Amino acid sequence: MATNAPLIEVRNLVKHFGSVIALSGVSLSVHRGEVMCLLGDNGAGKSTLIKTLAGVHKPTSGDFLVEGRPVSFQSPRDALDAGIATVYQDLAMIPLMSVTRNFFMGREPVKGAWPFRRVDFAYCDAVTREEMHKIGIDVRDPHQAVGTLSGGERQCVAIARAVYFGAKVLILDEPTSALGVAQTSMVLKYIHQVRQKGLGVIFITHNVRHAYAVGDRFTILNRGKTLGTYAKTEIAIDELQNLMAGGKELQAVSEELGGMV
Amino acid sequence: MVDITQPVNAAPVGRPAQDERLKETSLLTRLMRRPELGALAGLVLVTLFFLATADASMFTLAGLMNILAPASQLGILAIAAALLMIGGEFDLSIGSMIAFAGLVFGSFVVLTEWPLLLAIAATFVVAGLIGGLNGQIVIRTKLPSFIVTLAFLFILRGLALVGLKWATGGSTQLRGVGGEAGEGWVREIFSGNAFEGLFAWLAANDLIDKFPTGLPTVTGIPVSIVWFVLFALVATWVLLRTRAGNWIFAAGGDPNAARNSGVPVDRVKTALFMLTACSAALVAVLTVLDAGSTDARRGFQKEFEAIIAAVIGGSLLTGGYGSAIGAFFGAIIFGMVSIGLTYTRFDADWFQVFLGAMLLLAVLFNNFIRRKVTGER
Repeated sequence: MATNAPLIEVRNLVKHFGSVIALSGVSLSVHRGEVMCLLGDNGAGKSTLIKTLAGVHKPTSGDFLVEGRPVSFQSPRDALDAGIATVYQDLAMIPLMSVTRNFFMGREPVKGAWPFRRVDFAYCDAVTREEMHKIGIDVRDPHQAVGTLSGGERQCVAIARAVYFGAKVLILDEPTSALGVAQTSMVLKYIHQVRQKGLGVIFITHNVRHAYAVGDRFTILNRGKTLGTYAKTEIAIDELQNLMAGGKELQAVSEELGGMV
Repeated sequence: MVDITQPVNAAPVGRPAQDERLKETSLLTRLMRRPELGALAGLVLVTLFFLATADASMFTLAGLMNILAPASQLGILAIAAALLMIGGEFDLSIGSMIAFAGLVFGSFVVLTEWPLLLAIAATFVVAGLIGGLNGQIVIRTKLPSFIVTLAFLFILRGLALVGLKWATGGSTQLRGVGGEAGEGWVREIFSGNAFEGLFAWLAANDLIDKFPTGLPTVTGIPVSIVWFVLFALVATWVLLRTRAGNWIFAAGGDPNAARNSGVPVDRVKTALFMLTACSAALVAVLTVLDAGSTDARRGFQKEFEAIIAAVIGGSLLTGGYGSAIGAFFGAIIFGMVSIGLTYTRFDADWFQVFLGAMLLLAVLFNNFIRRKVTGER
């Protein structure tokens, strides 16, 4: 196995829903220790692409390689088993449940023999407290409901959970779009930490500033196609913004308003 | 722009710094996080009320058994209803299921003359299948379970009537179940009193009231109460300590998030519908063996009483939050008020007024607690 093969590589990925062409030839790759930002406006096909990578949809045609080997996922579970974890914006945590219960949801460690098999909550609490401590969220009581955490903290808990359970690639679906400035910086810092651990990150956003803050490379998606992939050294933030908007219109509006949109 | 090269938090070397905007969680706040607190407080209030107003005989051993016997039958339903509500669904068909399961059980005993154990097992299988059908319809059609099980409320009640007439040749009551059921250990598990030896011994040693003949005034604990207590303990343990319990909370809290995390939401919900149906079958078997007959009105409106008891017990109507032990207390409140009023000089029909008021209070209280728990503002 070639160790420098990309963690995920897709070539000319096409996805049709009946007569609708959602993706018409998307190519991208993400390597270890890299944050690959996927930029695109609404309707560019970001959601379809994520769901295809996460095993929710099956591609109509095109190559999908994980660590150099072609794969065909039947379900999100398959993608998870291959080390691809997706953190959805609002659909990751259950507010009424405790931090511990959320952290281990669906993958609870058990002890004891049936019918006395039970979740090892002492272990769960200890792990949760430690993992939260690592990312700098002070959970005084791991039994407190996730609803009491801020939006940024919730995103970080969701990411920490994916990392803890052995993800090699994280797909983050607009993790910062609903957050304030301080919380956004908290999430971006954590993404940076995850990269340093050697994970690959696909960071989906339509906020170029957030992307430019952590991204190593940028792939721009427009109308179901990739417009191109650029390394951070190759492209300036303004150019990126224009490419994403698909033309000069936004630039004109921006100048009219006397600032950056 | 954000400086991402800094560690996420500068503080967490050694003891993490406290956020000065957060107050220490007091014992009260931590207690309030327990969903059954409201029901427990309600039980204390109701007990104090009857201690002040009711005849002293209400709180004798015999009086308590009078309260707990109906409470236990409702409680078995309420605990199952609470688990289903925490899982995010309703079952309005459990009252009718009691009548239908009673018919099925009675038919197996009287018409086909099966041994009692086989008849009981078969009744549970039939009930479980119908519960599973309820669940599958709800899951596949994505219709609200309220509507689907409302349909089954009428279907099962109607089937119980038609079936009883067919089985008896025109009557809506099937008699002779008690006689055909025979005696033996299976019968003892599902009818009569438990711990009779203990009570006889207690009476012999003057520890409990007895008749002049030396027999105790209360000969034992009705088995339905034993089932009720055991079910409450097992359900609480499952809910709070097992994987299945975590999945029930998750399925009711947010089915999409649960699915994304690998929780088999559909399987959990189907199992819960089967559980509520089987709890109704258990109540049917207990009451039919006790009365020796079954009739089509059995379990009338029990679905509402069970849901009310579950809500008083702290379960949210929207799912994802609640408690089995709370439903246990809720059912006892129910039994205490319905029976207790006959020990007072109040008109026993105040019961319904009280019930409605209690429900309203409980819902308001639960909403308040939910906002506390989630920190919603």
